Amino acid sequence: MSETAVIIETIVKAVVVLSVVAGMGAFATWIERKVLAFMQRRLGPMHVGPYGVLQLAADGIKLFTKEDIIPQNALKPIFVLAPIVAATSAFVAMAAIPYFPEFTVFGYTVHPIVSDINVALLYVMGVASVGIYGPLLAGMSSANKWSLLGAARAVVQILSFEVVSGLSVLAPIMMIGSLSLIDINDFQSGGVTNWLLWKQPLAFLLFAIAGFAETNRSPFDTIEFEAEIVSGFATEYSGMRWGLFFVGEYANMITIAVLVSIIFMGGYNPIWFIPGAIVMLLKVSFWIFLFLWVRAAWPHVRPDQLMWVCWKVLMPLALVNILITGIVLV
Amino acid sequence: MYEIIAFYTFSALVIGLFGIVVLSKNALYSMTALAGGMVFISGFFFILDAEFLGVVQIVVYTGAIMALYAFGMMFFDTTRDVKEDIRCKKIFYTLSILSAVLVLIVLSAPIFSANIEAIYPTLEGVGNVQTIGLLLFTKYLVAFELAAIMLLVAMIAGIVLVGKKLDAQSDDLEVAKELK
Repeated sequence: MSETAVIIETIVKAVVVLSVVAGMGAFATWIERKVLAFMQRRLGPMHVGPYGVLQLAADGIKLFTKEDIIPQNALKPIFVLAPIVAATSAFVAMAAIPYFPEFTVFGYTVHPIVSDINVALLYVMGVASVGIYGPLLAGMSSANKWSLLGAARAVVQILSFEVVSGLSVLAPIMMIGSLSLIDINDFQSGGVTNWLLWKQPLAFLLFAIAGFAETNRSPFDTIEFEAEIVSGFATEYSGMRWGLFFVGEYANMITIAVLVSIIFMGGYNPIWFIPGAIVMLLKVSFWIFLFLWVRAAWPHVRPDQLMWVCWKVLMPLALVNILITGIVLV
Repeated sequence: MYEIIAFYTFSALVIGLFGIVVLSKNALYSMTALAGGMVFISGFFFILDAEFLGVVQIVVYTGAIMALYAFGMMFFDTTRDVKEDIRCKKIFYTLSILSAVLVLIVLSAPIFSANIEAIYPTLEGVGNVQTIGLLLFTKYLVAFELAAIMLLVAMIAGIVLVGKKLDAQSDDLEVAKELK
């Protein structure tokens, strides 16, 4: 009986996380257009609904009703599978993320985490990196040269940033001694001065840079950069299949924003009089805004520059950081 | 009950996917099925409460099969079927069936002799990660260090091999510039 109850609770939580994050992702597309527009002294979408808010409904209708094209020479099963891999892996990764502090509804304590496994951090990063299989499979099955170039760049990208994100996060883990995101959050309870950001500034910077590469955002959006390879892996995609890739991308952005907030910026611990849930929302919003800000402000890098910076600059820095942390801890 | 459902679901998925790996003539189908199968194997570790190994399974095999994709991209047109060139079918089938039977015997021998006992019982209150760390740095320290040294050697060899070619290329470029 209790086993069934746990299963039902888990399913309800999973559905809530899925729908809320998908909604936030859709909303983030509108925010992105608005923020980019303001930074370039334009207005962005203004015509559909008040201040253009309903633009996302219009986009949704467009994506769903668009003709779904599968190229003749493409490998159909893999071509269909690729966007599903991209979207699911982004959402599966969220299973181990605690979003808010636990709260009580009608005398029942709710833990806002789908599954509290004690290697949560490793799980989230591992599963999120499976998401790069989406672009890879899409590029290789499309039978299109631009797509294949995008797929090749996807391999280059994951081989570059995986090492940096893994090594950079190792130093904070050494200090905390646990891979559970809840432990990491509790380690920083007690105000802004306890944030790991102050003790591990280098790891924070490296992890943030690797996060930009992992979510495939500008300046590291090498796998779909229009000016070089048309639309990279997504060249042959249309309609909702194309949309699924971007649902995955925005879900990944939210995951990285939550991860950075929990590991380095104090997580959902309350600050002064602001309750934890609102603090968390503010931090995640700030990170989403930062993703857009960087996109508007920075030029894009070439794939060889990405590899160069990851292997020759960031990885040695991460290793030095681990060494110093180890010496200090011993 | 849910564990049994999960176990059989994952078993069916893994066996089906690995079947595709062996039987498919298309490199892209095989590689994708291999990646999928490797990810689903982690499900067994999660059912057995060995989360750390499960996650490591996902992380390691994502990277490893990614390298396989890179090779596939370089050597084949992955959207076409590969023409297999098997000269002598008899030897091929005998050898493959023999090796399959051998693997089956090796893996099922302990089940029939029915004397499997855990020599090192799991410690109460110690997590997955800590247990693996303890084992790696006490009982299996030599094997662990040897593996590390071998990887280091392989890495240096790789860098040297690539480095020579890079030097040659840059020399060629300089010569070409001087000729201009």
